[in-house]
Amino acid sequence: MNRKIVSILFVSIMLAFSGHALASKVSGKAPNFTLKSNTGSNLKLSEFRGQVVMINFWASWCAPCRQEMPLLEDMYKKYKRLGFTILGVNVEENSAPAKKLLRSIPVSFPILFDTQNKVSKLYKVSAMPSTVLVDRNGNMRYLHKGYKPGYEKDYAKQVRELVRE
Amino acid sequence: MLHRQLFLLCCLVLSTGCSIQPWVQPYERANLADPIMSFSRDPVSSAYLKHVYEARELARGGEGSSGGGCGCN
Amino acid sequence: MVVVVVTKRYVLTALLLLIQLSATHAAVLPEDRADALYHSYDGGGIEISGPSILVRKGDDTSFSVFANHYVDNITSASIDVEALGASQYTENREEQTVGIDYLHGKSILSLSHTNSAENDYVAESTHVGLSMDMLGGLTTVSMGFSRGSDDVFRMTRVDGVKVRDPNFAEQAERRTYQLGLTQVLTKSLVMAVNFETVTDEGYLNNPYRQVRYNNGGANGFQVENYPNTRTSRALGAQLRYFLPYRAAVHVSGRVFEDDWGVTAVNSEFGYSQPLGDHLILDFRYRVYSQTHADFYRDLFDRPDQQNYYARDKELSSFSNTTMGVTLSYEFIKQGWGFIDKASANFSYDRVSFEYENFRDIREDPDVSYNLGEEPLYSFTADIVQFYLSLWY
Repeated sequence: MNRKIVSILFVSIMLAFSGHALASKVSGKAPNFTLKSNTGSNLKLSEFRGQVVMINFWASWCAPCRQEMPLLEDMYKKYKRLGFTILGVNVEENSAPAKKLLRSIPVSFPILFDTQNKVSKLYKVSAMPSTVLVDRNGNMRYLHKGYKPGYEKDYAKQVRELVRE
Repeated sequence: MLHRQLFLLCCLVLSTGCSIQPWVQPYERANLADPIMSFSRDPVSSAYLKHVYEARELARGGEGSSGGGCGCN
Repeated sequence: MVVVVVTKRYVLTALLLLIQLSATHAAVLPEDRADALYHSYDGGGIEISGPSILVRKGDDTSFSVFANHYVDNITSASIDVEALGASQYTENREEQTVGIDYLHGKSILSLSHTNSAENDYVAESTHVGLSMDMLGGLTTVSMGFSRGSDDVFRMTRVDGVKVRDPNFAEQAERRTYQLGLTQVLTKSLVMAVNFETVTDEGYLNNPYRQVRYNNGGANGFQVENYPNTRTSRALGAQLRYFLPYRAAVHVSGRVFEDDWGVTAVNSEFGYSQPLGDHLILDFRYRVYSQTHADFYRDLFDRPDQQNYYARDKELSSFSNTTMGVTLSYEFIKQGWGFIDKASANFSYDRVSFEYENFRDIREDPDVSYNLGEEPLYSFTADIVQFYLSLWY
């Protein structure tokens, strides 16, 4: 009986650990949206046509999102002069915890508040965080689900590719 | 007998569940991610209390869980 | 035997199905943290206190390792000790656990090993567990297997010094199988169901316990004799609900049965209330009741009355009620150096045991009871915990 259990567990483990990619190429026009930003004014995605845009869906209660923020800030500062911007879309119904977090992890790229989750639904966000890279023509090119240390290298590589276009 | 029915039920629920779209989206998990909703907010304390009871009661097992929370990544 | 085999077949089928159908999705490892606990138990003539230290660190990507060191410093003048005319004793038990969690995609593989040692009992066990997130992270299925082996000794006094009886060395082995399901039901409601079956084999009683029999109107004593196998099954469920004004309530229950004839039911209700930005107050209320093992009796009619006989109160019919409270104070919220978060916690539980067929046979200078008419035993214990938690 013991050997049966061990072999069942072993098989389950092998199957469970089958590899899969969490970053993928995507295509199609990036749906346009208008959201209130942390500067108080509304921002439209279409305003950024001509730039490479990284749309990052995040929440204050999401640990990998908090981990990723300072790295996104570094990337923004590095590549913005090449025509690159990041839009940090906060998905929380109540913006207070997000605003509080931004006081201790300040960022200089625009933060948008998707309090009614309209944009999350529009982009079919299926993981937290989610990062979409949009090219200068407004087409979605790459999608990253989740964040793990090392992903920022992939982001940088893809941003460099898209700014050269 | 009970165990057989229980597992059958689990498999049924889970297999039909897999073709259903998640009804709580990843961005709607603010409440579930709150530490007060965690099954093991204080693991050292819960483990200690569990030990106190197991040393004095004959019942054991059936209490424990993983999952819930923010469901990130 | 058949039930267990069928169980395993269903588990494998379910897993194969789920692995194929689950969406590309990942999970997170447990948080990096360190906890230092001071625990204290005082009740029924027993005082046990000591530390429990837990440290966990991961690499944020794939691995998380942890280690726990736990100590019980025991001073016991319990009813079991006093009823047999023994004197108060002190003892020390130490336990260490080390473990690792490995994350890949949506699955976490857990391995851990535990060692426990006191002067008359040495135990070690190994645990393997697997948990998988599926259905967009709303469902978590987990399975676990543990295997343990114990060495049982008996202390005796030689020239006033407590040593292990060289003529007594027994063993016991244990296997545990667990299956769990956690399901997010709504944005504010989560449920967990857990099934666990344990099989023990070997020397399963306490070498110091004795049964009593009616020896012509006086107490006669005989060393207990237990079966050398035991199989138990437990099924528990818990619901946690988030209240809109930011509080949480949980209800849980468990049913238990084993092949010694013991059945048990317990349930718990808990409420967590944050107070301001830094404090959380928890209340809990727990009730437990069990029925006695088939071969348990407080007073036998004669020695060797049955094949197996026990008088350990742990095998009797009894119930207990606990009320507890925890206060947590988060004194670092937004980071301080390498520390992300820190809290100081105080916890108090008061548990009352009432035995339905275990009697207090300690000598009472004022009253003399007829055999079998001694008062039923009961006691209350105070459990106090102080702990510091750091997240980094």
